[in-house]
Amino acid sequence: MRKYSVFAVAREAMRGHKGWGPHWASPEPRKQYDVIIIGGGGHGLGAAYYLAKEHGITNVAVLEKGWIGGGNTGRNTTIIRSNYLYEESMDIYEHSLKLWENLSLDLNYNVMYSPRGVMMLSHNIHDQQSFKRHINANRLYGIDNEWLTPEQAKAYCPPLDIAKTARYPINGAALQRRGGTARHDAVAWGYARAASDRGVHIIQNTEVTGIRRDETGRVTGVDTNRGFIGAKKIGISAAGHTSTLMRMVDVRMPLQSQPLQALVSEPLKPIFPCVVMSNSVHAYISQSDKGEFVIGAGTDQYNSYSQTGGLQIITHTLDAICELFPMFRRVKMMRQWGGIVDVTQDRSPIQGVTPVPGLYLNAGWGTGGFKATPGSANLFAHLIARGEPHRLAAGLTLDRFRTGRLIDEAAAAAVAH
Amino acid sequence: MLLIYCPYCEEERSELEFRNGGDAHIARPTNMAEISDEEFEAYFFLRDNPKGVIFERWRHIHGCGRFFNAARDTVSDRFIATYRAGEPKPVLDAEPKTPATVETYEALEGAAQ
Amino acid sequence: MSGVNRISGAGRLTPARTARFTFDGRTLTALEGDTVASALLSHDIHLVGRSFKYHRPRGILSAGAEEPNALLDVSRDAARRQPNVRATVQEVFDGMKVASQNRWPSLSFDVGSFNDFLSPFFAAGFYYKTFMWPKAAWHKLYEPFIRRAAGLGVTPTEPDPDHYASRYVHCDVLVVGAGVAGLAAALAAAKAGAKVIVCDEQGEVGGALHHDIGTVIDGKPGYGWAQQTGKALAAMDNVTLLTRTTAFGYYNHNFVALVERVTDHLAAVDETLPRERLWQVRAKKVILANGSIERHMVFANNDRPGIMLASAGRTYLNHFGVAVGKRVGIYTAHDSAYEAAFDLKRAGVAVPVIVDCRQKPGEAVLEEARNLGIEVLTGHSVVDTSGKLRVASISVARNGGGGQRKIAVDALLVSAGWTPSVHLFSQSRGKVKFDAATERFLPGIYAQECLSVGACNGTDDLQATIDEALAAGELAARAAGAKGGAQVALNGRNAFEWTGGMIGAAEGAGADKTVKAFIDFQHDVCAKDIRLAVREGMHSIEHIKRFTTNGMASDQGKLSNMHGLAIAAEALGKEIPAVGLTTFRQPYTPVTFGTIVSHSRGSLFDPARKTPMHAWEEAQGAEFEDVGNWKRAWFYPKAGETMHEAVARECKTVREVAGVFDASTLGKIEVVGPDAAKFLNLMYTNAWDNLKPGRCRYGIMLREDGFIYDDGVVGRLAEDRFHVTTTTGGAPRVLQHMEDYLQTEFPHLKVWLTSTTEQWAVIAVQGPKAREIIAPLVEGIDLSNEALPHMSVAEGRICGVPARLFRMSFTGELGFEVNVPADYGQAVWEAIWARAEPMGACAYGTETMHVLRAEKGYIIVGQDTDGTVTPDDAGLSWAVSRKKPDFVGIRGLKRPDLVRDGRKQLVGLLTKDPKVVLEEGAQIVADPNEPKPMTMLGHVTSAYWSPNCGRSIAMALVAGGRARLGQTLYVPMADRTIAVEVSDMVFFDKEGGRLNG
Repeated sequence: MRKYSVFAVAREAMRGHKGWGPHWASPEPRKQYDVIIIGGGGHGLGAAYYLAKEHGITNVAVLEKGWIGGGNTGRNTTIIRSNYLYEESMDIYEHSLKLWENLSLDLNYNVMYSPRGVMMLSHNIHDQQSFKRHINANRLYGIDNEWLTPEQAKAYCPPLDIAKTARYPINGAALQRRGGTARHDAVAWGYARAASDRGVHIIQNTEVTGIRRDETGRVTGVDTNRGFIGAKKIGISAAGHTSTLMRMVDVRMPLQSQPLQALVSEPLKPIFPCVVMSNSVHAYISQSDKGEFVIGAGTDQYNSYSQTGGLQIITHTLDAICELFPMFRRVKMMRQWGGIVDVTQDRSPIQGVTPVPGLYLNAGWGTGGFKATPGSANLFAHLIARGEPHRLAAGLTLDRFRTGRLIDEAAAAAVAH
Repeated sequence: MLLIYCPYCEEERSELEFRNGGDAHIARPTNMAEISDEEFEAYFFLRDNPKGVIFERWRHIHGCGRFFNAARDTVSDRFIATYRAGEPKPVLDAEPKTPATVETYEALEGAAQ
Repeated sequence: MSGVNRISGAGRLTPARTARFTFDGRTLTALEGDTVASALLSHDIHLVGRSFKYHRPRGILSAGAEEPNALLDVSRDAARRQPNVRATVQEVFDGMKVASQNRWPSLSFDVGSFNDFLSPFFAAGFYYKTFMWPKAAWHKLYEPFIRRAAGLGVTPTEPDPDHYASRYVHCDVLVVGAGVAGLAAALAAAKAGAKVIVCDEQGEVGGALHHDIGTVIDGKPGYGWAQQTGKALAAMDNVTLLTRTTAFGYYNHNFVALVERVTDHLAAVDETLPRERLWQVRAKKVILANGSIERHMVFANNDRPGIMLASAGRTYLNHFGVAVGKRVGIYTAHDSAYEAAFDLKRAGVAVPVIVDCRQKPGEAVLEEARNLGIEVLTGHSVVDTSGKLRVASISVARNGGGGQRKIAVDALLVSAGWTPSVHLFSQSRGKVKFDAATERFLPGIYAQECLSVGACNGTDDLQATIDEALAAGELAARAAGAKGGAQVALNGRNAFEWTGGMIGAAEGAGADKTVKAFIDFQHDVCAKDIRLAVREGMHSIEHIKRFTTNGMASDQGKLSNMHGLAIAAEALGKEIPAVGLTTFRQPYTPVTFGTIVSHSRGSLFDPARKTPMHAWEEAQGAEFEDVGNWKRAWFYPKAGETMHEAVARECKTVREVAGVFDASTLGKIEVVGPDAAKFLNLMYTNAWDNLKPGRCRYGIMLREDGFIYDDGVVGRLAEDRFHVTTTTGGAPRVLQHMEDYLQTEFPHLKVWLTSTTEQWAVIAVQGPKAREIIAPLVEGIDLSNEALPHMSVAEGRICGVPARLFRMSFTGELGFEVNVPADYGQAVWEAIWARAEPMGACAYGTETMHVLRAEKGYIIVGQDTDGTVTPDDAGLSWAVSRKKPDFVGIRGLKRPDLVRDGRKQLVGLLTKDPKVVLEEGAQIVADPNEPKPMTMLGHVTSAYWSPNCGRSIAMALVAGGRARLGQTLYVPMADRTIAVEVSDMVFFDKEGGRLNG
């Protein structure tokens, strides 16, 4: 792999960038792999990378039915934070955040992790109680998260309106300074490049149509639109399509797939320094390095695989954004889109073994998957390699819906991801 | 925004008047107290989440207030039928009614005719 | 006459009507009806902006919504400043201020243009390969530098003083676009009797007829026919004609969103008018007549100011009467550009050359060019241009090589042909198909009830367009149920037939080393960038788009997508359809947030709910808190009192005398019917059969999974009638939950549910003197402990008003809750207050209510529970019936994790130092010295200073809490560790004797 650096770029600049090779190889699939990962998003590509890097398993294929990074990896609002409430959540999101901090150097690919701070606005006493519960739990767990007065919040994010007369006045905020954003495409491409360099096969335009098993029930490989591909182990990391894949092995899932919408504004000179979220009014916003306001909206209320949704969802979010930031009323929406998120009833992910030997699952990240990418990928690789979950993901098992040991971030705090 | 036919009001109304109620035809066990953990999990948590026809419940919450059922294609978001609560599942054509439906815009990519 | 480039006798504007505006401080005159672009061009101003990345000088490229370059800052006043306005769309009004963007210190001398020299370094995606080291440098060093350079316009900093409107409308036929096709379709649909809406983004109907002067329809010049037809349509009762109205989004089930620009073109703004209006249209049938967009040619240095689309050159001449230069060259791959040459030549403008990269242009246009004496170089290409801030010359060479010839020009009109606008069709989720013969994507398979007609459907011939549109209009009208009317027939002909077109790089794009042949102007994406992306392994068109940012600028690739696709296909060695298209997303052109928001601002964003006594509370100086949508009186400070002092006073007063509290926000549901008790048996954990009429019971409602969902006191008024109360925030979802079960699981039960939250005003009177306060006001109810014991209800009158009187207490004191019809709420409150105040009672707010209930260990669902708490966790096992065969949650409660040992249980906490009040949300540990991550046992759910206990009190969820009574635990805060003792939850009047006064 050609190392990327300022010097390499300068050298190539002198000769019209003729010398760059492909980010990742595009090989023909082998007949048999040690591991097949279904789903070429950040989680799947990252898992392949860590399988190769940390577990020495390089005979790995990532199968992607479209183009890598084309699912939720390339459709989210790129928010990164780890200030969750429950230990199971803190474990995995903080593991992830630590990996984010070093990811560009690790991959030799600039994923533009930018810890510009994620600020959650508190609008009432209930918010305040909830945020303090998070802040205290985070502090005792070693995760940064601090309470700001309205004045401190405005100092950190000058466009905030902290007038007490607002319909939703701001009575404080929780700030995670290490939270921030990253460049979503770069995450997929960086992992793909680094995995490919270690021998992983990245196979696009290849849709899994069946999962084959032997007489003991163990997986033996997958049928695809390009024929059968054998594998000793299979990992599913396919977000909204998980239920469809698991149906191939007759396992019903505690998942619903719903369109989650987002939008960007036209590019404007940056004035907005951090990420701001408000759960009471359902809005989150940041400004990208290109100057676009990146705004996350809600999910449509029904199940759908259409990657599109209704205008009323966008409307509701812009109502809230303009209520919080009245000067943005003259800003223009440039593009809206949707992704399909797989949502569990407790709004926490599922990572673990399945009833099918050799089949491993990473799903249910709902609206929070991007921030978890490195951590989830890293622990998913551990799960696949060892056949049992890593300590940090031990609580995310599928059987919690039977036992009742839910990790109910939503119920506990009504905090969106 | 969907346009939904309420089988009680016998009118098509905007989605804003309705609330989705999740999967239809999931009967609450009559012996609820006795069912196993697995049966409870299946009843309360596990769902087909189909990519295709879903049978789902809607409530005309800002209208007549009634719950009713619908068959809808989750790929095209088209309604195939709506019907009153308690009525049996309608028999649907084997072939989807909308061959025109593409899964997503993205399905066009690399596959435009 | 305004402007040196204004051609006398040309154009359709009225010379007498002028407007003045400023551009970067320079005052200019325009004609009424000018766009900013046409006005600037009339003054020979081409340079209007700088590109995003290289800061290259840029001019006006188009005459429409597809404009990528001419984005300007337009303001009426300081607060009405709009960045990124397309000069080609914005109409001039008198007094407007226009400024260029993304340049410093000035448009003609821009320091940022140094980037252009560094451009070899700034290849597509270069930033992924560098700026990585050291670890924190991206965020601290590089990113701030990049952000300073980012963006185009400047974000408004003042709240927007304008207002916006929104309208929902249903129609039979929505016609998008009012060019020839749209007008014909609308006419046919309207004559057939359909309810028609026709919209067009321009200020006038006519579409492509704006740039045309040769077309004849119905025996009239095309543009004139269009205006006449527009007027005729507007006059019809069944037609709504909307100009300056863009259909920007096609959503599910034929829901189309339009934005109408109402005042941005007016000099004097009528304050009663909205700036823009959102139309949310549900159409039975949609006819898409979006037309097509001309593409530019891709060749070296094709971005200099003065180089523009041929159709734009024609529009400026034929509509606005402006010649875009004095010596205008043409470079084309399509016949249409010839007509621009003809029109200019006839208007007296020098046209030195038509360079046509094709060997064989159309015969007719070639002949006309000869007749007009214009030199035509077929089989030639423009291989380079010169000119710093304005194109000065073009270099032309025969295709395949050979000597270059330099031709001086001051403008160059280009055309690579026309791209059908399938944006809305694609948004409707229709599937496009590639027509290889004409190299364009056309509507293929329809997904919704719509039809495409005219240029957006690939129909080139005028008569064919008219026929297709008329047929579609009538068909749509009939399909929508229209029955009336006569058929319409029209004939039309163009001056010339057109052929040709190309996509991708022309010969002049050169080898891909350093040549800048622009595809996406705003984002500075060149042909070589696409090729680089392919070399770097980006083989999906979506990857290529994202890697190069082609098509991601504010024009969303209207000009660039087809070129980028063709170049990618060539580099990949694939057919165009095999490479595919990037996704068309809403909106078609950018839409103002304020328009989408419309009326939803301030109190209309989310209406505040106020109780019937709100005005009284406000007059008493109460502070309010937001609880859900409700405004609740929080505390009633007297002059000079802090919140702490006010609450302490209220708490003492209630227990010593009495207090009056507004409990109206509690949710209330009337449950009526012969099976009402049976129904409640299923909805609550408690048993209801044995509750006698006139008595109340505290009920717990679970979700099916066994966790507490809501709670409240339920009073039985009669065998078949219950008055159910819920938490303040829970009322709507509890009703939904009940309706759900009643309608779908237990439909055999004869029960009716009615929300009565806002029907009743609720006045709680609590404290030793409560009875004394209300007794003289109450008629028909015996208030004695014997007749109306704790947890009972009676109907009677108070102050002559029908009332439901509950004997109940959320304070631990003797208490009543007076329910009266909401309209009488304030009057009854005042009557009660008139008795209470002289006795020394107080009005108290939610904070005091919280303290008093905590002193008694009463929980608040949602504060002391959080959706993961079972009745047993909350110490409420006594309220769960062991005898009932079924209730919602009965099975969920028995799951392994809900019955395991060590669950978090609600307990009391007493700080060792009684003066220390814990922080709500603080975490609890057993070992305060454990290193992080620490083992957390639970958290503080409620904590107050209790004036009646003279110390702090708290409630907490603690793992295995009830087994820890008496244990010392720790609450580590940032600055200190607080030792606490686990206690029971009743801190005051443990025996409960005060309930009976």
